[in-house]
Amino acid sequence: MADKSFKFEIITPEKVVYSADVEHVKAPGKNGYFGVKVNHIPFLTILKTGKITIEIGKEKIFFATSGGFAQVTENKMTILAETAEEATRIDVERAKQARDRALKRLKEKSVDINIPRAEAALLRALNRMEIAAIK
Amino acid sequence: MATLREIKRRISSVKSTMQITKAMKMVAAAKLQKSQMKLMSTRPYSQKLSGVLENVVKKSKRHKHPLMKERKVKKVCYVLLTADKGLCGSFNANLIRRAHSELNQSEAQKNHLITIGRKGYEHFRHISYPVTAHYIDIFNNLEFSQARVIAGELMKSYLNGKFDRVYIIYNQFKNAVQQDMIVEQFLPIVPEPTEEKIHPAGYVYEPKPEAILKVLVPMSLNFKMWKILLESATSEFGSRMTAMETATDNAQEMIKELTLFYNKARQAAITKELNEIVSGAEALKG
Repeated sequence: MADKSFKFEIITPEKVVYSADVEHVKAPGKNGYFGVKVNHIPFLTILKTGKITIEIGKEKIFFATSGGFAQVTENKMTILAETAEEATRIDVERAKQARDRALKRLKEKSVDINIPRAEAALLRALNRMEIAAIK
Repeated sequence: MATLREIKRRISSVKSTMQITKAMKMVAAAKLQKSQMKLMSTRPYSQKLSGVLENVVKKSKRHKHPLMKERKVKKVCYVLLTADKGLCGSFNANLIRRAHSELNQSEAQKNHLITIGRKGYEHFRHISYPVTAHYIDIFNNLEFSQARVIAGELMKSYLNGKFDRVYIIYNQFKNAVQQDMIVEQFLPIVPEPTEEKIHPAGYVYEPKPEAILKVLVPMSLNFKMWKILLESATSEFGSRMTAMETATDNAQEMIKELTLFYNKARQAAITKELNEIVSGAEALKG
């Protein structure tokens, strides 16, 4: 088993959210989801809002992220994200509030709102709710 | 006799003040520890981020991100970080004084001032100095999203030409008794050298380094703002703890003096009374 796994970390500005040896990671790349297994070539890419799936043996762990980037070096993968929460720890109430707030802002269409920002907020909220619902 | 009672009242008043300052010191100490932990836990992110940023900047030499380009400085923005609350020694006063001297010395055609923290805002509003933007009550429950909002606004103003340069005036946390006030350039970005090795050839960037830079630069600024907020908050707690400790010591000193004074006065009163009795008795004898 040991030769199939590699070191994987998710780091946010607030703390190291996750750190373990894993076998497979699926992450939301800018141009679509991609998977990383052991001995992947070194690379760097941008992540968008979406779901990170970690596999260790038969176990699967899900994280919601609002984007950042992923770096793969010799058998080590690091995700730097501004936010990342494990599916079981997502605050669904808060996500719902954020969704409603964003929807309201988009509906009002007042001049002083930032539409891309409201859309991004909506996307983040929906993403959190979707991932929280997996478990 | 009235003075005796008065002294007693003062002693008990100082005592209760001391209890408050003592409690505040303890609260500040606990918060300081928590804040320090938060500051420490930014380190892994910080190291990784600056390493990656430097590599990507080197890879995309020909292309400079707009937030890294130097422009002719006409409009300067100073961001002043103070505390939301007082009772933390000279913390706020020093920051405000520094802000004044920076604004006076500035050679730009136009200066903007943005305040973070209630105390700085109240001061400049009081003297009717125009404050471009202000953020208050954020230190109570500090979250990364707040740093993102503030940094986002600054970046927007920089990109649309409202500011040509942004400085931040804040306290950097050294230890519980020492905080260093610094004025740091926030925009345009000054690249910092890091220890992280440059990526070997054959390293794949997807998309191109230039496109990655577009995401990376705002991310690093968001993070920088987060770190600055944490540094300032931690310094505030350190400063408050020291100030409250001094206040408690002073109160103790005062109680000691007042007690001495009280005992002297009591002694004097007793002596006087005895004197009266004795002399009264003497008079009766005669």
